[in-house]
Amino acid sequence: MSTTKKTFAVAGAVATALAAMTATQAAAAAKEKCYGVSVAGGNDCAAGPGTTCAGTSTVDYQGNAWTLVPAGTCETMDVPAMADGTERKGSLAPLERDLPA
Amino acid sequence: MSEQMTAAPITQAAFTQAMLDARQPVPEGLLDGQGHPAGRRFSVYRNNVAVSLTEALHEGFPVIAKLLGKANMDGLAGIYLRAHPPKSPLMMHYGEDFPDFLAGMEQLAHLGYLADVARLELAIRRSYHAADATAIDPDWLGAQAPETLMMARLIPAPAVQVVRSPWPIFDIWRFNTDDDAPQPQAQGQDVVVLRPEFDPQPAPLDPGAATFVDSLHHAPLGAAAEQAATEVPDFDLGQTLALLLGGHALCHLTHAPNEQDLT
Repeated sequence: MSTTKKTFAVAGAVATALAAMTATQAAAAAKEKCYGVSVAGGNDCAAGPGTTCAGTSTVDYQGNAWTLVPAGTCETMDVPAMADGTERKGSLAPLERDLPA
Repeated sequence: MSEQMTAAPITQAAFTQAMLDARQPVPEGLLDGQGHPAGRRFSVYRNNVAVSLTEALHEGFPVIAKLLGKANMDGLAGIYLRAHPPKSPLMMHYGEDFPDFLAGMEQLAHLGYLADVARLELAIRRSYHAADATAIDPDWLGAQAPETLMMARLIPAPAVQVVRSPWPIFDIWRFNTDDDAPQPQAQGQDVVVLRPEFDPQPAPLDPGAATFVDSLHHAPLGAAAEQAATEVPDFDLGQTLALLLGGHALCHLTHAPNEQDLT
């Protein structure tokens, strides 16, 4: 390939990439941190050993443990009600409920 | 005169050696706060070192632990932690040599993919702890003249990690982390770990794309694309760029922290 051809091939690929991104951006919607919906030990994090992170929530739906969920779904997410019948909802901010004793 | 008063002071080397080998006697000369022999405390400590490092390996390599089962993983961890005690107090990086260790275990030779899956798990952890960097705005790329693009330096962000494998390591990793994942296909997979926001996300790479990403570290866009195309003639630059830009994986040269600052 001549240099000119290569140059236009690269420019074409950049254009293709930008077009592909616009098309998929809506689908790959941003995630949001959702507090109070993780099952015990199931909260997201890839920090590894020696960190107080993944899988360290000790009670189900712990209020200050979070899981990444599709943006816009956190606050409408239903999690089972508490023992006394109080309704639980996900939250974008840490919650005071269900904290480990 | 009691024995502990005449014993030679214990050396750090003797302590470490005994700590990693339960067959060795408790080093002499260990005393508690009241000046009494503290041999049993040493045994408790020796046990805690082994248990905590075993737990660290389980936590750092969850897919390997799942593939091998708890008993096998515990056994391997026991051998590994004695051959490769931590070199750094940063436990989140513990297990650097675990992939090579797995590759060298004769008993695991029939599970050829294990070492590369472990490399992927290590890459995900490295990605998590890598420095932040400002990603290139895709619109900036779109506004450049073709000749400028050829010479543009697009540096992979510090969080970007590439693992190449003749095994379907992305499929195996996903099958063991995601309940809805399809069965692994019998094909080699190169994987890039991206960190678009807070958490690392592995993604399979098309043939040639691993070479492209590696080349971007030292070559401008045009030359990197050419290196990939030399290796794989039908390398799809557009698709790879879309994946990398969408994963916030590319930075301007000036925004990428110095490689030496990252360790």
